[in-house]
Amino acid sequence: MYIKQLSVFVENKDGRLAEITTIIANAGIDIRALSIADTTDFGILRLVVDKPYDAEKVLKDAGLTVSLTDVIAVGIPDRPGGFAETITAVADKEVGVEYMYAFISREHDRAYLIMRVADNEKAISALEAHGCDILDGESVYSI
Amino acid sequence: MENRIFNKEMECMSRKEMEALQLERLKSLVDYCEKNSEFYSKRLAKAGVTADKIKCLSDIEYIPYTTKADLRDTYPFGMISVPMEKILRIHASSGTTGNPTVVAYTREDMEHWSEQVARVAVAAGATERTIVQICFGYGMFTGALGLHYGLEKIGAVVVPTSSGNTEKQLKFMRDFGTDAIVATPSYCMYLAEAARGMQDKYPMDMYKLKYGILGSEGSTPEMRAEIERHWGTGIFCTDNYGMSELNGPGMSGECIYRDGLHIHEDHFYCEVIDSASGNVLDKGETGELVVTNLTKRGLPMLRYRTKDITNINYEPCKCGRTSARMHKIIGRSDDMIKVRGVNVFPSQVESALVGMTEISPNYLIVLRRENYSDSMEVRVELIDGGLLDRYSELVALQKRIQDNIKNILGIAIKVTLVEPNSIERFTGKAKRVLDLRNEK
Repeated sequence: MYIKQLSVFVENKDGRLAEITTIIANAGIDIRALSIADTTDFGILRLVVDKPYDAEKVLKDAGLTVSLTDVIAVGIPDRPGGFAETITAVADKEVGVEYMYAFISREHDRAYLIMRVADNEKAISALEAHGCDILDGESVYSI
Repeated sequence: MENRIFNKEMECMSRKEMEALQLERLKSLVDYCEKNSEFYSKRLAKAGVTADKIKCLSDIEYIPYTTKADLRDTYPFGMISVPMEKILRIHASSGTTGNPTVVAYTREDMEHWSEQVARVAVAAGATERTIVQICFGYGMFTGALGLHYGLEKIGAVVVPTSSGNTEKQLKFMRDFGTDAIVATPSYCMYLAEAARGMQDKYPMDMYKLKYGILGSEGSTPEMRAEIERHWGTGIFCTDNYGMSELNGPGMSGECIYRDGLHIHEDHFYCEVIDSASGNVLDKGETGELVVTNLTKRGLPMLRYRTKDITNINYEPCKCGRTSARMHKIIGRSDDMIKVRGVNVFPSQVESALVGMTEISPNYLIVLRRENYSDSMEVRVELIDGGLLDRYSELVALQKRIQDNIKNILGIAIKVTLVEPNSIERFTGKAKRVLDLRNEK
């Protein structure tokens, strides 16, 4: 039901993002989705990759502060209102969203959301009731 | 823990009697220096000080300070005030910067020194039955021999293992039933870790350690608790203080109440001064410790600037001693930085960070001048990945560190989280401050 997402602590320094993603690239790891939230001093890089455990290891070995978290991946229709309807279904059940990011897929008319919510189970039941497609790890890692 | 006092007469004397004794000894010391010390007689004459001009203890302020530089400049024997046949022992500091500082003792000086250490050892819990391993390096350093003679004076069983050879140290501890250890806090911790590492073969209950007589480097209460926990033998650690210029260890030490280090005031007259101006501060204020060794004759010490920062509490202690107590050393005057007019020691920042598992023990203080005002930033390395899930947790951590430091320093600072290993590591003395205030 959940997929593994990496969070990496990144200092705001020129070239730092390039260095970190090169570490992953050199290990032959493919990035599926990413997002970065930053302040003036530091950022948190969030990654969904094809081999999350391998990625965690190479980043830790490189001395970085990393964690793996369970997040929800949801397939939604790629049309006007597709996102709004989905998030309304979650909001109606009063589940708070910590953060999220979205990307469209290679398939026509389909997009994906990666969500980190306060209550995973409640969010999933709300999404399923709404008829959303909850993706498992394998199907996301192999997109 | 049993509360014992080695020399009740001196350690529990009323303040009035103590001050009278100190004044009498100060006068006799000044008189002695005028007559016997080439170095001090010139200095005292230049300042216009003679023994009969000293009418009360505060008249000591007319005497110029003595510094480490004086000892270096007169290397090796320029400050010795007796003929060499009267000298029994010479010690010297490591002299990492320039000439070593040499100190010398007469037979009477050695007796006083042993008496001072004996008081520290008894306050720390030692008795004639105590089997004590001295894990300080024997040699030119005053630590090992100072404790050695003091512990012999109380009749303890002295085991002079010296420093190093950890496995042998631990073997003797187990086989002899050693119940006290003299060591630096860091070596005491190291021994505990080594013992833990071998506990499959030698369980921890084979160790009988009850007293840790720690000195020669400072330790925070947190570090001490850690050492006691690591041993797990019910060991009770106390701190003591001294320096070769003032005999060696034994100037002051903690009693079982561990609420400051009792100063042997019949031998040491202490003042606290403002390092920058050299002005004597009021009783209880924090500043640089200046010590006059009232009884030393081989190489007298008048108003020696220790560069150690502390404050002195003159209230009698629960243990029954009336002797003044100095606070654990807060920092070194050399390390002191001034931020918006407030004195800041890196060790204070360190004490705010100790025990936080989210960050590494490494830190860097960065000072800047922005709009004609100082700003202070503390950089710490984030090592706990568990906080990355919620941005708010990182902000909360930053805020917690900020509040801890503000509580200690009284000034607002900025905390920056940085990546692990991004702060430079030092093998020797760590450089904790980056001062950019005079850079454009």
